[in-house]
Amino acid sequence: MSFLYDKSLSEIRSLLLAKELTVTEVVEACLKRIEETEPSVQALISVQAEEALEQARAMDEAGPNESKPLWGIPLTVKDLLCTKGTKTTCGSKILENFEPFYDAFAVAKLKEAGAVIIGKANMDEFAMGSSTENSAYKATKNPWDLNKVPGGSSGGSAACVTASQAFGSLGTDTGGSIRQPASLCGCVGLKPTYGLVSRRGMVAYGSSLDQIGPMTRSVEDNARLLQVIAGHDEKDSTSVDAPAADYLAALNRTDLKGLNVGLPKEFWAEGLDGEVESACRAAVAKLEELGAELVEVELPHSSYAIATYYIIAMAEASSNLARFDGVRYGYRSDEAENLLDIYVKSRSKGFGDEVQRRIMLGTYVLSSGYYDAYYKKAAQVRRLIREDYLKALEQCDVLVGPASPVTAWNVGELTSDPLKMYLMDIYTISLNLAGLPGLSLPVGLGADSNMPVGLQLLGKEFDEATLYSVASLLEEKTEQLGTPAGL
Amino acid sequence: MADFEVVIGLEVHAQLKTESKLFCSCSTRFGSEPNENVCEVCSGMPGALPTLNAKAVEFAAKMGLAMNCNVSLGSIFERKNYFYPDSPNGYQISQLDNAICQNGYIEIPVGESTKRVGITRIQLENDAGKSIHSQAENLSYVDFNRTGVPLIEIVSDPDMRSAEQAVSYLKTLHSILLYLDICDGNMEEGSFRCDANVSLRPRGQEEFGTRVELKNMNSFRNVQRGIEYEIARQEDLILDGEEVVQETRLYNAEKNITASMRGKEEAHDYRYFPDPDLIPIKLTEEQVAGWKSELPELPLEKRARFESEFGLPEYDANLLTQDRAIAEYFEAAVGCFNNPKKLSNFMMGQFMRELNERSIAVADVALAPEHFAELVRIVEEGMISTKIGNDVLPELMEKGGSAEAFVKEKGMVQISDSSELESVVDEVIAENPSEAEAYRGGKHKLQSFFVGQVMRKTRGKANPALVNELLQKKL
Repeated sequence: MSFLYDKSLSEIRSLLLAKELTVTEVVEACLKRIEETEPSVQALISVQAEEALEQARAMDEAGPNESKPLWGIPLTVKDLLCTKGTKTTCGSKILENFEPFYDAFAVAKLKEAGAVIIGKANMDEFAMGSSTENSAYKATKNPWDLNKVPGGSSGGSAACVTASQAFGSLGTDTGGSIRQPASLCGCVGLKPTYGLVSRRGMVAYGSSLDQIGPMTRSVEDNARLLQVIAGHDEKDSTSVDAPAADYLAALNRTDLKGLNVGLPKEFWAEGLDGEVESACRAAVAKLEELGAELVEVELPHSSYAIATYYIIAMAEASSNLARFDGVRYGYRSDEAENLLDIYVKSRSKGFGDEVQRRIMLGTYVLSSGYYDAYYKKAAQVRRLIREDYLKALEQCDVLVGPASPVTAWNVGELTSDPLKMYLMDIYTISLNLAGLPGLSLPVGLGADSNMPVGLQLLGKEFDEATLYSVASLLEEKTEQLGTPAGL
Repeated sequence: MADFEVVIGLEVHAQLKTESKLFCSCSTRFGSEPNENVCEVCSGMPGALPTLNAKAVEFAAKMGLAMNCNVSLGSIFERKNYFYPDSPNGYQISQLDNAICQNGYIEIPVGESTKRVGITRIQLENDAGKSIHSQAENLSYVDFNRTGVPLIEIVSDPDMRSAEQAVSYLKTLHSILLYLDICDGNMEEGSFRCDANVSLRPRGQEEFGTRVELKNMNSFRNVQRGIEYEIARQEDLILDGEEVVQETRLYNAEKNITASMRGKEEAHDYRYFPDPDLIPIKLTEEQVAGWKSELPELPLEKRARFESEFGLPEYDANLLTQDRAIAEYFEAAVGCFNNPKKLSNFMMGQFMRELNERSIAVADVALAPEHFAELVRIVEEGMISTKIGNDVLPELMEKGGSAEAFVKEKGMVQISDSSELESVVDEVIAENPSEAEAYRGGKHKLQSFFVGQVMRKTRGKANPALVNELLQKKL
């Protein structure tokens, strides 16, 4: 028997509109689920129970509103997204008591669509990390095995969705932070094309790479969320001025005949764990069964992606995080005696180790005398990487590969080896450099680890619709993981 | 200074007169309550993003066009990273190599002729806020009202060779900004600010000497004095066999000295890089051509035309064209009464005196140019004397209306009727027999005494030429 909290967003929506359920009942079910699972999973930094229930009661009183595509649906958002009047910590001590006075564009869109925001999801501090262990508040656990990490940096969102605490969550993806935790936790995560979803109100990490995207338990749920948050925002200069496609309509495809699926050979090479490879290969075989044509393609500059990414992301981060200076908001050291002290002591104590490491590296690569060798060179390589993708996507409609080289690893296993941790983003990072969309879909459990494996589908610019149509068909052909046992 | 050549380049910051800030819709109004005109963007809140003010782009491009620059069709914004409380993002959004305007020049008046000064670039950037330090409370406050106000920084080539040339360049720039109506030009309020790079080199040497950046000169006079002081200081150093140190120095107007602010070692590494939050400023050839066609006639062109078309002396043409509104007022008046020199005399005299005394602009003058022209015309026609013309001008400027009607209503029309004046002259001679006697005896200096008496009796309205004529006849 399926519990209320286990139902899909689409099912809940039908029940709410048919008045078979009240918003209060749905919200209460999620809050109860959070109460039960949160002590072990630790997916959320804050829960807005009172506000959510109050909103739910008001909505029940007003009655269902079919024009609102997320009417009464409880969701969470990563704590990197500004929520008006609700603490937004970015997983950092430096923003421990920070309450924004405005909503992020994407959050405002969710609210307009009738969603009920019930919690703020845990994350690696300022989205810097791949395991959600770099949070100043808590380390989120993988709902499939509490000794393992959920991936990151949107590990809180992935774990919260997988543990059925909410019907979806918004994550952010700068180098894989949606797709990698989605893969490790076994949920659906989409990083949209750069510019599809406004970044306004998302606390910036690497501005030229950052995108907000939905994390859900099904492809259809994912498409429903993207439909709401995609679209032009004139207050984000990098937001594209074009209407979003109809993503739900894309789910009606019945086969993949005529579809060219590219297999980038660099993604299926050395370093890929055996169990991940076999689960992904099995999924690729299903694509072929559905009528897709498989093509091997090359992304020759892939090997430079990690180095390029870390130069660009850290350079941007070093500048983006300068505003956290203890002057206007956030943590300020009470031991500061003068202005320099305010900066040095507040930032040294307010930021965690990984954030400080990235600020220092970013400062270094932008420094006078090093700029040309690092930042400028990285920007040039970035263009080559994008060209690789565009060329491959001339012959193919989508590219597929694993989302992560391994399944979830043990808590604490990589925390002392940052470089190895950086390598965990090897399959996701280049897509952010190219600005293209990517979706991670659960395709089964690893034969050895018994932990979820995600297949990554990469698409053409603003062609999220094709990703959804392929993912949705493949999802139908794949045995569903269901809710992790023991939770 | 026989042995050294002075090399000066200026960096001028001009606040643009847009309604809203460069990257958000907050007001740019001066004099609001602290932090009244502030939003998430200009106060550097997490997640806030900049969006570009199109008007500021237009203003910057027009300034470039007025200075013969190339306007880039795809310039980019860069972040200039540094920590300071009045810079809430921890960086200023500015431009560097790929700035909106590049490679221009302007002609500046130098003595009798002009000199060409090269313009390296004009960059668009946002202003910082203001720190307010309270000694009493031992606290510092920050006001973000000015944060994000659009600025253009106009960087000149190192083409000036004296403090006078620097000031002439600055004044020319200042009047171009006012002509374009894109900056209010107020130096004291900081909407027009200037930094100077000053160095000396042995005459004949091509290589530049070590330069010093001078800041904090908030009037044309201070620019002149600050640079002069700095030239003398550097000259003394060199003559004493010491080295000029590359540094930033602040001008102290009270003491008329410059003092070191920070040395080369303390100079910031701004770590410029393209701002990923902003896309390149895309302009089209058509847009730029459109703006170019909208440019008004600029001060130097107008000055030359006033000389050639109106036959005005250089002095007049220069004075009349410094302020675009004055120049336009003057030209409108010439259109109504074609006697430019007479109009110019009144304009440069009582008219400008009145503007200065009441600290008002031409826009505040109620008298229409046609009625100003009318006043000068009736002086020329002898209806009133020059003196009365000057006397009534202030009231007319304040109240406006026809000059002729005004002087008639006030009974100020000059008496040019010889029979009417004759009787007055007779009276005056009769009342002053001893003076009349003395005059006839050869003391012709007494003529002015009689003129004065006639004027007193007619309350200044007597036509002086006619009075003189009559006196000579009667005495």
